[in-house]
Amino acid sequence: MLRLGAFAVASSVLLAATATGAGEPSATRKAELLHRLKHDCGSCHGLTMKGGLGPPLLPDRLAERSREELVAVILEGVPATPMPPWQGELSAAEAAWLVEVLQEGVPQ
Amino acid sequence: MMDLGRWIAGCVMTATLLLSGASVAQELRGTGDLAVVVERAAGTIQIVDTSAKAAVARVEGLGDLSHASVVFSRDARFAFVFGRDGGLTKVDLLTAAIAKRIVQAGNSIGGAISQDGRLVAVSNYDPGGVKVFDSETLELVADIPALSNAFNGPSKVVGLADAPGQRFVFSLYDAGEIWIADLSDPARPAITRFEDVGSQPYDALITDDGRHYIAGLFGEDGLALVDLWRPEAGARRILDGYGKGEEQLPVYKMPHLEGWARAGDLIFLPAVGRHEVLVLEAATWREVGRVKTHGQPVFAVARPDGRQVWVNFAHPKNDVVQVIDVESLEVIHELKPGKAVLHLEFSPRGEQLWLSVRDEDRIEAYDTRTFERLVQLPADKPSGIFMTARAHRIGL
Repeated sequence: MLRLGAFAVASSVLLAATATGAGEPSATRKAELLHRLKHDCGSCHGLTMKGGLGPPLLPDRLAERSREELVAVILEGVPATPMPPWQGELSAAEAAWLVEVLQEGVPQ
Repeated sequence: MMDLGRWIAGCVMTATLLLSGASVAQELRGTGDLAVVVERAAGTIQIVDTSAKAAVARVEGLGDLSHASVVFSRDARFAFVFGRDGGLTKVDLLTAAIAKRIVQAGNSIGGAISQDGRLVAVSNYDPGGVKVFDSETLELVADIPALSNAFNGPSKVVGLADAPGQRFVFSLYDAGEIWIADLSDPARPAITRFEDVGSQPYDALITDDGRHYIAGLFGEDGLALVDLWRPEAGARRILDGYGKGEEQLPVYKMPHLEGWARAGDLIFLPAVGRHEVLVLEAATWREVGRVKTHGQPVFAVARPDGRQVWVNFAHPKNDVVQVIDVESLEVIHELKPGKAVLHLEFSPRGEQLWLSVRDEDRIEAYDTRTFERLVQLPADKPSGIFMTARAHRIGL
């Protein structure tokens, strides 16, 4: 089971990495990203991603949008809203990994 | 390793707090030097004694406090904690226990207490509007949905503040309006609406005399001002186009406006998307200066005597705090408390400044004359720090 789970995670990360043409974040970086997701993204989207001034980022809401579209939202922001472009802060691979975490549901 | 150390430290702290007893008041005491510290991730608050400079108790079970704020009862015994998840919790500071807790909405942002202390109002994102409760029982007294012609559906409500005359003033983020609700007759709130005040009011403040309500606009360069002595004059725009022709930086954290902005004749406000604090003359509402700062300001807070303004900053420059001298409008001191300084709060007479350092899991107090650090206390992902002296201030 464990091995199968690890395989599934590895292949989906590989897909994400392939899609953006960059490597997967390291374990240390992932921990940082998760912290940032909860606390910095969470200041508008809620610590539990249930929304605030910004919309909720829960899996059922994100399911209808493609990964590429969501990566673009993170990197480029949304004009005329408070959603800023994060491309100075995050690489495409990091944004792709965050989208994956959000679509699966942020571990609480 | 670090994490384990922190975890153990946290456990030891929790145990110490528990040992210190469920009650803050083993002996008779006042509440005037107490502060409430929000621990945003754990859904807990700490009660801190700012004279002893020590934690006295922790209260658990307050829900999602990822964006929490606090107001105090008229006798400064009870704290009303507004949580992100719509939770409204009344905490007894003397027994360190929850006196009452309700979940009144799906998603909320802040609250206020009426001039006479009998009503507590909460501003909600979902469903957008304001709900008003009896401060004694937390029973619903009035429900004010933020419905307007300018937006399809209820608007998210921000910048809720109390004003003299049993009024609450707040802004509709989606609709771009400011409303005054007069709760003189709580069963029949009388609403005065100011339409078209500007795009995306994101937060607001009331000046410490309770006269002027100022809403910051995210969608444009400028602020909306209502003179509560003369509401018939309508809302007017101030600092219109303060950033004209300059490119705005990405805003990684929304600035916060709070009723500590006035220092003598001047008002200090964080600029949106700029490394600047804006300085206005309170008599004319004209810009009289700007102070270049280390990063994008989040809070610009005046020391109660009006001699200094302390400023913290948005990510990624949020490890620094700067002190502006009000006479020279220059930055005279810089502190580096650590990653993610989220909030600043002066003691009532201004000799101490307390701040929270989220990513370092601690709060710190400074001597505001010498800038020496007075104490560091452990706290779990601390955000807001609220002193009970707010009980006696208009607009807080």
